[in-house]
Amino acid sequence: MTLVINEEQQMLKTSAAEFLKEKAPVAALRKLRDENDPQGYDKNLWKEMAEMGWASLVVPEQYGGLDFGYVGFGQLLEEMGRTLTASPMVSTVLVSTHAILLAGSDAQKEALLPAIGSGDLVMTLALEEGKQHKPTKTALSAVKSGEGYTLNGKKVFVLDGQVADKFIVVARTSDSPGDENGLTMFLVDAKAEGISMSQTPMMDSRNAATITFENVQTTEILGVLDQAFPVLNKVLDIACIGLSAEMLGSIQEAFERTVNYLRERKQFEVPIGSFQGLQHRAALMYGEIEICKSIVIKSLQAIDRDRKDLSRIASMCKAKIGETIKLVTNEGVQMFGGIGMTDDEEIGFFLKRARVAQQTFGDYNYHLDRYSRILGF
Amino acid sequence: MDTSIQTDLETFRTETRAWLEENCPASLRKPIKSAEDYFWGGRNPHYNSDDQKLWFERMRDRGWTAPTWPTQYGGGGLSTQENKVLLEEMAKLQCPTPLFSFGLSMLGPALLKFGNEEQKAQYLTEITQGKVWWCQGYSEPGAGSDLAGLQTRAEDQGDHFLVNGQKVWTSYADKSDMIFCLVRTNPDAKKHTGISFVLIDMKSEGVSTRPIKLISGKSVFCETFFDNVKVPKENLVGELNAGWSIAKYLLTHERSMIGGIGDVRNEKPLFQRAVEALGLENGKLSDPVLRTDIARWMIDQEGLMWTIERTTDESKAGQPIGAKSSFFKYYYTEQNKLKYELLMALEGVDALAWGEEYNDGKLARDFCRTKGNSIEGGTSEIQLNIISKRILGLPG
Repeated sequence: MTLVINEEQQMLKTSAAEFLKEKAPVAALRKLRDENDPQGYDKNLWKEMAEMGWASLVVPEQYGGLDFGYVGFGQLLEEMGRTLTASPMVSTVLVSTHAILLAGSDAQKEALLPAIGSGDLVMTLALEEGKQHKPTKTALSAVKSGEGYTLNGKKVFVLDGQVADKFIVVARTSDSPGDENGLTMFLVDAKAEGISMSQTPMMDSRNAATITFENVQTTEILGVLDQAFPVLNKVLDIACIGLSAEMLGSIQEAFERTVNYLRERKQFEVPIGSFQGLQHRAALMYGEIEICKSIVIKSLQAIDRDRKDLSRIASMCKAKIGETIKLVTNEGVQMFGGIGMTDDEEIGFFLKRARVAQQTFGDYNYHLDRYSRILGF
Repeated sequence: MDTSIQTDLETFRTETRAWLEENCPASLRKPIKSAEDYFWGGRNPHYNSDDQKLWFERMRDRGWTAPTWPTQYGGGGLSTQENKVLLEEMAKLQCPTPLFSFGLSMLGPALLKFGNEEQKAQYLTEITQGKVWWCQGYSEPGAGSDLAGLQTRAEDQGDHFLVNGQKVWTSYADKSDMIFCLVRTNPDAKKHTGISFVLIDMKSEGVSTRPIKLISGKSVFCETFFDNVKVPKENLVGELNAGWSIAKYLLTHERSMIGGIGDVRNEKPLFQRAVEALGLENGKLSDPVLRTDIARWMIDQEGLMWTIERTTDESKAGQPIGAKSSFFKYYYTEQNKLKYELLMALEGVDALAWGEEYNDGKLARDFCRTKGNSIEGGTSEIQLNIISKRILGLPG
């Protein structure tokens, strides 16, 4: 399969780039931040994106989707990364849609996917409980009671948690923290009794929430009791790759802005980009970005082709892209010099988004370890 | 892709595999360990075995010493895609390349682009038939990274050039029959514009060579001296004083070759070698730091292979490769050096052996040799200069 995107994918990429540049540039994120917008993103804009089919791009046609494939979806995510566009794309589409597609019953798919696709339903995965991404360590308990289950515990770093209509809660129904077995995914309404929430604005000006579950009742399981892990694993693999595509967009944008600055900024009467000390560092970044581009498109293809080694590839992808976004945003701020430290200059937005994205669904260390474990060393 | 082309390629694959199965002697089907395992051709050819001779002759007769070259020069006339299939099938069956020569990889492409018809007919044919061993004369003691500063002179003496000077890092010059050489033909012009590309017979009077002993203890490189050497005028390739453009073209070619060498498909993955060397503890490599370093190297290596694949696809789709070959040269050679650092680390004291009784200190010597990877063919620093200027458009 060729590693060049086709005409349809290129068209989506180009039109997305134009749309986002006009409607959701970095300045829009700054505005949301400065206005302390409780939503964390522009609701009308999200509706507009959904109308263009962006929230149902990879959903099969029978559930109202476009069945466009992940290589195509990746192009869209990449463009959203270039503009740092805040939206429920990651929480609702990239993660929740896949959890529903992979684990949901026909009834659940029919009920939820078209509503997500139209931009009316916002969902998110409530997974993390500690400082670091460790899905198997899930401790939030779900105990059988009557027809349903009672949930008790706390979730942190729930992306868009403050505005989501529904949560997919990963809970422990048997075994103990650390075990893959004994995890179950539940669908829980955000307004359910016993849920309390505190909004946690993050450094990238987006929102996440800490959610406490106190005797919350639910009857709706997503997937199979005690056996959520394999599905969750795949959902996270896809999420890592999709998020990496978004990060690749941010990487390229931050890098291009930095190189432009090197060409324009003068010191000692010459452009600072004429200094070899900076040229070589720029050239090294160029190389790492070339590697990242190849890894991302290969990984997107791996989802489309349902490759058996998807987990290995996903960890490889998230690790490498995470390291590279760290490099490029650090160098970006450094090469912009004093101005790079100011809030007026946008390069800092890329640095701050990078740190959140690096941590989301597991950082470099987590994925390097997982990559090695999968290979057996 | 067009389905009929796809079908034709699959037919070609099936036929090629069958032919290779039948014609490649079993004794040759193993990984190549060092350059000495190859057949290099030349006026006094040396074959390591009868099978090697047989394999070379069969491939030569099929035009597959130079699969993509025109058939009129003894090439195979294959398309890029067919050639890719051939290489893939050869790799699967572990068939070695039948002829290894700088004529094939470096001079040939330059002659195809810049040579006249007589030169192509003579030299390209000799190359595909493995009749001449070529070496390269570029660097000089005073012209390394600043290659265009070269001083070897070629004076116009009417019917011939008179060449005087010294080349260095001429690989296998002591075994070569001919050398393709950059010489200064106009000392008054600006340095890039006074250079020409000439072919010199190593048996000419006044040519001498001296091997250079490297830190690996091996001597594959030489110094080559030219003392009043007469070179026929017809041995000039391209226009007089226009040799620099040929040199640049060739260097780009050399870089993409260095960037693509080392067929890793048949090699044992690095993590497996690590597990064999150090063992596991609780399912993890017993050295946690090496474990991280190896995972990181493997990810970068696979990323590099995928980038080669992507660039090939982009090039097929009409996007020029341009200065990207500098990136491949840089990244591949740095990865190769890092791989040997990791191998040295995981073999520990065993890696330090140098003497004949320990496999001739192969790992330690190979390790030393890798240090040259990022120097030869343009240093890593020169590649970074090229990337920053020609790809990123940085000034100066």
